[in-house]
Formats: sequence, C-alpha cells, structure tokens
Amino acid sequence: MAKVLERKPLTLAERTYLPQILSGLKTTFRHLIKKKVTLQYPEERPPISDNYRGIPTLVKDPEGREKCVSCQLCEFVCPPKAIRITPGEIAEDAPTAHVEKAPQEFEIDMLRCIYCNLCQEVCPEEAIFLQDIYSFSGYSREEMVFKKEKLYEIGGTLPDRHFKWEKKRLAAEHGNVH
Amino acid sequence: MSDEAKDDGLISVFIDDQEVRTKPGTNIIEVAKSIGLHIPHYCYHEKLSVSGNCRMCLVEMGLPGRDRATGKPMLNPDGSPKIMFFPGPAIACGTNASPNMHIKTKSKMVTDAREGVTEFLLANHPLDCPICDQAGECTLQEQSAEHGKGYSRFIEEKNVKPKRTVLGPRVMLDDERCVLCSRCIRFCQEVAKDDVLGFVERGSYSTLTCYPGKKLENNYSLNTVDICPVGALTSRDFRFKMRVWFLKTSQSIDTETSVGCNTEVWSREGKIYRITPRQNDEVNDCWMPDSGRALYQMVEAENRLQTNLVKGKEASIEVALREASALLADGSVAVVGSGRSSVEEQYLLKRLATALDDAPVSLVNRTGEGDGLLISADRNPNVRGALITDLIDELPKAQLSDLAEGIDSGAVETVLAVNEDLTEAGLTAEQLEKVHLVVIGTHQSATTDAADVVLAGMTVFEKSGTFVNQQFRLQKFEMAVPGPKTAMNDLVLLAALLANQTNEKVVSTVDSVWSELSSEISLLHGLSYASLPPSGQLLDASSYEDLPFVEGETLHYKPVALAST
Repeated sequence: MAKVLERKPLTLAERTYLPQILSGLKTTFRHLIKKKVTLQYPEERPPISDNYRGIPTLVKDPEGREKCVSCQLCEFVCPPKAIRITPGEIAEDAPTAHVEKAPQEFEIDMLRCIYCNLCQEVCPEEAIFLQDIYSFSGYSREEMVFKKEKLYEIGGTLPDRHFKWEKKRLAAEHGNVH
Repeated sequence: MSDEAKDDGLISVFIDDQEVRTKPGTNIIEVAKSIGLHIPHYCYHEKLSVSGNCRMCLVEMGLPGRDRATGKPMLNPDGSPKIMFFPGPAIACGTNASPNMHIKTKSKMVTDAREGVTEFLLANHPLDCPICDQAGECTLQEQSAEHGKGYSRFIEEKNVKPKRTVLGPRVMLDDERCVLCSRCIRFCQEVAKDDVLGFVERGSYSTLTCYPGKKLENNYSLNTVDICPVGALTSRDFRFKMRVWFLKTSQSIDTETSVGCNTEVWSREGKIYRITPRQNDEVNDCWMPDSGRALYQMVEAENRLQTNLVKGKEASIEVALREASALLADGSVAVVGSGRSSVEEQYLLKRLATALDDAPVSLVNRTGEGDGLLISADRNPNVRGALITDLIDELPKAQLSDLAEGIDSGAVETVLAVNEDLTEAGLTAEQLEKVHLVVIGTHQSATTDAADVVLAGMTVFEKSGTFVNQQFRLQKFEMAVPGPKTAMNDLVLLAALLANQTNEKVVSTVDSVWSELSSEISLLHGLSYASLPPSGQLLDASSYEDLPFVEGETLHYKPVALAST
C-alpha cells in the first residue's frame, strides 16, 4: 500500500530563504580565509613520503660499482613482466672482476610497470629501488622502455650498508687465500 | 616373516616402520626412492660407484637382536622382534639392504645429523647464488632450505679459493662452491675412462684440480657439469646466459649418431639455451656427448636457409612448390633421402618416390669412428627408420655412385635431395649442373647453391617426429622452438609435393602420418606417436639381422654378431 507523505507548509523564515543563504555564505567565507589546499601543479609538488613507490631504477653503490648482478629474480617476480634482462659476464681484467656477472642490458617497460615494489623486495643485491618520481612521459612506446643507461642515470647512487663484494675482494687480497 | 629371502628373492626392509620388499644388496637410498621417500645426498649418484664422503644421507639403522648366549631372537614384551639400533647414524648410500633391517629417517638423531652436515657445508660456501648458474637446480640450495638453519653461526672469515679456473675447453670450475663430493672424479674414472680430475691438499684446503699438464677435454666432460650437485662446475657455453627457471624443457633426441641419446632441450621464448641428457637406462643412462650439446647452434647458424629459393631468387612457398612439382613431374627423377630425416618424413618420401614412377632412392652414408660409449660408427640417427619404411632395402653405400653414374649417362634428369649436401656425398659440381635439382634443406650449402628450387625446412629442434636407433628402438622427439617464419615443416613440404603428383589429399601431421604408418607397416602395428613412451619402444629387429650394420659396441648395445658372445 502506497504511503502518503504529508508535506508541511514552509515557515516564514524558510520562505524568506535568508537563513539558508547566510549559512551557505558562512562556509564560503570560512574557506576564503582558510589555508589553501590546492597545489599549483606542476610548479608546486606535493611532499612525497619515504616509502612512496615511484618508478623503479637501478642504483650504484658509493664506489660507483653497478650493483645489479643480473640474477633475474626481479624479471621472474615482476607480475606484469615489465623487466627484461640480458645477463653478461664481467671481463676478467675489469676492476670488479670478482663480481663476475653484470647485466649486458636491463630494460624496464614503464608502461607495463605497476609500481608494486616486488622487484625491490626480491633483489638480493639491493640494486633496484622504487624512486619518488611519479610523473614522466614520452612520445612513443619505445621511449617508455627505459634502458640500463637511463635507469642508472635516474637511479644514481644510494648508500650501502653491506659492501658485500668489497669484503669479498678484501678477503681475497689478504687473509684467507689458499 | 622369516629372516631368509622369500621365494621371489626379495627381502623385507622397514623404513620408518613401513615394510618395503627389495632385492638384497640394494642400497638404502634406492630402497627409499622406491617408496617415494627422498633421502638427501650429494655424493651418491645411481650410475656411479659409492664414495660416501658427503655424509648427508645419514640415517639410523638397526637389525633384529639375537641373544648372544643362546643365539635366539630377542623379543619385545609383546612378542615382536626387538630391534637393536646402532648407537650412531650410518650413511644410507653405503648401506645395503639386509633382511628385516630397520631404518629411521625422521628421528632426532637423523635430523640433527643432516642439519650439522648442512651447517658445515655452508660454513665456507660463498653464498653467491645471485651470480651462480646452478641456482634453481642446486642440491645445496634445496637441501639448505630444508635442513639449514636459515642463519649462520660462523663469524670467522670464509675461505677464499679461485673462482674462474678453466678445467677444459667447455668446463669452468669455481672452487669455492665445491662441496668435494667427487662425483666428477668418479664420472671421469668410471664412465668417460679419462682419469684427469682429482682432489689435492687436505681439509679446507682441498681443491678439485686436473692432473698437471692435462685438461678435462674428453667428449663427455659436460656430464660432470650435469652431475655436479652445486655450481662448482659450470658449462662455459651456458655460463651466465639465462637462469634455469625461465627455461622450458622439451624431449628430444641427439641426432649426431645412431645411438640416439635421449636429450632435453632447454629454451625460452623460441631460443634454445642448452641441451642436457635425459635419463634412459636402456640407451644412454644419464649421459650424452658434448658434441651433441652444441647441435642447437645450427638453429641460429649464419648459413641457415631463411627463405624458399627458385633459381637462387627468393620465392613464396606456393611458387617454390609449384616449380618443384613441375620439375619432378618431368620424369627421370632420382631421390636422395637422408638418415637424418624422421621416420614419418622417410615414409612420405618413399610414397613420393613411388609416385614419381618408382624413382630410385639412395641414402647418404655417414660413418665415423665409434668411441664405444655414446658415439657409434653410424653418424646417421635414423638409417633403420629408412629400412623400416622401405625407403631403402640395403644399407647406404659409401658414395652416391649409382646416382653419379645415372647423371653421367643421362638417365637421371632431376634429383630431389632431402636434407643432404650432395657434393659432400661424392657428387661433383658438374654433375649437379647437369640435372634439375630440387632440395629440401635447412642450411645453405654447395647443393642449395646449385639447386633450381630450394624449399626451406626445419631442424630437428623445430619439428616433432620419431627416430629408430641402433637397437631398433623407436624414440620420439618433440618440437622445442618454432622455426623461421618462412620455413616449413619437412613433412608438410613432402606432403605438398606428393599431393601435387597424385592429386590426392595427403596427411601432413605427425599424428595422422602415424595412423597410416601403424596400419601399413607391420613392424609398427598398434603404435602411435602420442602413445609412444618417453623411453622409446623396442621394435622386432629379427628381419634385419643379416644386414652388415657398421656400429661397434657402445653403451647398452652389442652388435648382433657380438651379442651371442
């Protein structure tokens, strides 16, 4: 059975509309004098928290050694298959010859990347990090596949806590050589 | 249950209180394997002698007790035989099953022993899994996950040993990773019979090395890489190329000789990275020659035929097939088949030869010296297939002399060659000039250069099929990678040529050819490609016994003349 709603007649105050206009204007004036929340993007940028997940890049250690040893775990774990690595051997006369392995080529397809952070988490060498960069563009799909050179350029150098390979080199130089 | 072996010659062993019937003398690792229980080990290998030096397979062992004074069995209060367990653990690989032996594999003592061994092995292990080629198929990695602590109590500096020692042209040694299991040494002594490896120094100084002035360069050296439980021995060809977890395996056959080693082809996204042996206890055990592992390089070789050619010019498959059929239809054709073609291709080639007014068929002979192990004297993988499919009725002659005579006398005007280089088989360039030449091939050669029509075919890695090896064992291989986009499966090419001659529909897939093979060839009756077991199917060879096959004795094969001795 249909329910009939009774509409009450408007009071005098309601009929003048003045209280409603005033309360609306109150909100308007409050925001007029409040601190602005809008950012003038792109001139102004929001603060980025430390654990923000921007684009993944390769990093070098403080001594300038490329940390990636092309173990391909990130390529394996990457859910959208954005990473592609061509492994390679480090020449025997190179200063980092004791590391033996480094990527010949390292590509990340930024159009595929979903910024999930799995590559950073899985990396046993702490060589790949998600940076705070969230805005970048290109004119073609090829341009959005970042090559090794570009990844190092963006990634730069990060502090190292372990110096795993340096310790290994020192151990070989003095100490336990058989 | 009695102590003596029962009538069937088997004895009872109790593993974790589960009764297992086994042959006396089987070692405990194999007994456990027969009930699906894996006892961890590094140095033990089923095809090598037992050395018992890794100590990973320690188990608790006991036998029913006997009273010393009376010699009577000791019994528990409930009447069951009392098992006297040894005070310390014993190695399962070096322990042979004896009647009513009891084995514990899950007790505290066994768990502690395994954890202890693992901790000692890891104390000096470099833990460079990220750069180690063995990662993903490493026994140490797997067993450390299962029996390791997950952290290290070893705070001292680790040993440093040489990491890039070249042992031979194909094998590289990383001494730090070596767990001194001696599998490689035993393989070289016992299987390859080339005793060049050994340990020098003692304790943590122990190092695997080659005998001074020698190299690990025998044709079986890469098997040491396969059996190395860790990443100490690595293949120089596969080194740092690709992680194994990306690779897909396909079952294949080594085509270099008539032994027909079972192999696995490891590929990723249409690119082959390595070939390893596949265990077949009737053919090649766990081994294969190094030369067979390099065969994958032919897939991307520089002289690979990428397109079909008509008179040296690129042509579409339709044009090339039309031209080829026109040449063949002119008559006076001679066919040169190949012992490298699969059984199915040989069958279709036989039908094609019959359709071409019973054109004479010759097979190219390819022999070398056998090494008594896995390289036989016949370097064709499938001569016996040609016999079975009736493509030939006698073994191929050393040279294509009949064909050469035919060309010289003008009796042969057109030659159809399948997967063979005729100049290598004894024909001269002038003779090839004289005739019309239709070639199905995979690689550019003097013959394809001289050919009127070249149809680009597939290598063994790009197609499926079967071979018949020297034992008359029918073995199948499967496609590992797709071929070049303009090339065609040889089977399809032959079927198309045959269809053009007979104007009938011809089947061109392996399965459908097999349905014809099984009905038309009595030896293959009841067989099909799909139901062929991975270890192959032995065929009845009695009707071919009299043929003078060139093979000498190899692993698991004795020529008929020698078999009776």
